[in-house]
Amino acid sequence: MAISKEEVEHIAKLASLNLTEEEKERYANDMTEILEFANMINSVNTDEVNETIGANENYNVFRKDEIVQTVDKETLLQNAPSQEDGMFRIPKVIN
Amino acid sequence: MAREDYEIVMGLEVHCELSTKTKIFCSCPTEFGGEPNTHCCPICMAMPGTLPVLNEKVVEYAVKAGLATNCKIARNSKNDRKNYFYPDLPKAYQISQFDLPLCYEGHVNIETPDGEKTIRITRIHIEEDAGKLNHDEYGRGSFVDLNRAGVPLIEVVSEPDLRSKEEVEAYLRKLKSIFEYIEVSDCKMQEGSLRADVNVSVRKKGATEFGTRTEMKNMNSFRSIVRAIEYEANRQIDVIENGGEITQETLRWDDVSGKTFPMRDKEDAQDYRYFPDPDLVAIRLSEEYIENIKNALPELPESRKKRYLEEMGLTEKAANFVTASKYYSNMFEEASKVCGNPKSVSNWIMSDIARILNEREEEPEELKFSGKELGELVSLIDKGTISSAIAKKVLEEMFENPEMPSKIIEAKGWVQISDEGAIKEVVAKVLEANPQSVADYKAGKDKALGFLVGQAMKETKGKANPQMLNKLFLEELKK
Ligand SMILES: [Zn+2]
Repeated sequence: MAISKEEVEHIAKLASLNLTEEEKERYANDMTEILEFANMINSVNTDEVNETIGANENYNVFRKDEIVQTVDKETLLQNAPSQEDGMFRIPKVIN
Repeated sequence: MAREDYEIVMGLEVHCELSTKTKIFCSCPTEFGGEPNTHCCPICMAMPGTLPVLNEKVVEYAVKAGLATNCKIARNSKNDRKNYFYPDLPKAYQISQFDLPLCYEGHVNIETPDGEKTIRITRIHIEEDAGKLNHDEYGRGSFVDLNRAGVPLIEVVSEPDLRSKEEVEAYLRKLKSIFEYIEVSDCKMQEGSLRADVNVSVRKKGATEFGTRTEMKNMNSFRSIVRAIEYEANRQIDVIENGGEITQETLRWDDVSGKTFPMRDKEDAQDYRYFPDPDLVAIRLSEEYIENIKNALPELPESRKKRYLEEMGLTEKAANFVTASKYYSNMFEEASKVCGNPKSVSNWIMSDIARILNEREEEPEELKFSGKELGELVSLIDKGTISSAIAKKVLEEMFENPEMPSKIIEAKGWVQISDEGAIKEVVAKVLEANPQSVADYKAGKDKALGFLVGQAMKETKGKANPQMLNKLFLEELKK
């Protein structure tokens, strides 16, 4: 299964990436190769295998509904590029 | 063709905030309000390297909601990532559920003018809420508060079974009432803990295929939902009548202009690239777990209604009205216990309490007094301490100042005059001042008595015992 240039453009748009024409070509090839590699798994016979959910055999890992607060606002915001009134300041979002 | 030749087809996606103490994947509080970013931690702020752990109460509450809406409960379920960029979503994905929701294939019944109607529920899944964006009026930027980020939600998706704005409102009120009864959410629309997106399409009556639908967001009250549906259905009919076609799109309802607008950031074909969240493990529910939740469900509105009809003597209409809200229903039960007069209690709720709430544009959960106060109010009328005219004034006062009625009456000096001597005096005074009415009555005009009683009520500012007034007037007039 080959990935087309249009598919690369769609994926790039969803990921908010600007790609050059040369990059689009290269990624189309790379992604086709990755897909082909991953498709090897389809050749395994799974007739006798039960369907699994997720790659991990664990299940029902839960937390109790109890409040624990360990980090204060100042610490949480310390790496924010810009902040004001205890909030992250970002470029204006139009809705 | 005219509007009446079209049928509106609607399905709802209802988001309901669960009333757990903590968020869905971290131990931060869910409490509404609070200074910005004070209910946060590295997990709900999406700091690199943090890991989510599912809150067990979220699963329990969602299963409760599913059982109360006749859903099947999945024995195997999981969480998936829904990927999109928006500044209120710090991870750039929302943890939700895709192909294995916790609950599926349920239904609720609503009352319509043509009788009971079943609205099918496709699924109920769990997911996390986003944060809040604040904008300043000078356009200097936007400001992100992540207190809401990670608050647990259930999303209830219905089949396109709704056919009018009245049905949509009845369905929403039904869900709200059920979730309040089973205490999984406080469903406060004004705080955003109950929100609905409405899918709307129109088709000519008798058509079997659905029309192209639009999805409306941003409605935050029953009133705005009803207005938005009305507007959008008419807009679609106009487009079709003028030979146009409906575009499938997401619309934002604007309450101020009363119109819908396309949402620009939703223009791109929605491609959320769902995939299982590798940070979370499968959810497997045993028969025993589900059975235990089922057995612990509180009494639902349908069963309460039956009890009110069979044991407390309410009419069908009164029983429907009172059970529509947990707050009314609890108030009704408590007040009836206090005064032993459930019929009168239900009448007060249906008429005056509902009317005053409506005038104040408030919902039953905003009532400041309880069944204790209402029960005493009814007792005071039954004992003849106050007339029902005064009781109405006391009730108005209770909305402002939720004191016991006996206290209000005392403070305002509204106790009914039942002293025969005092009432006789008033009767004599009114008779003397209205010789014409006396003559009319004696000439056979019974209506004149009503006028005289009214005058006496006016004289005593509504405080005279009406039965005694009637009796004493008749005695005097017969002389
Ligand atoms: Zn947190």
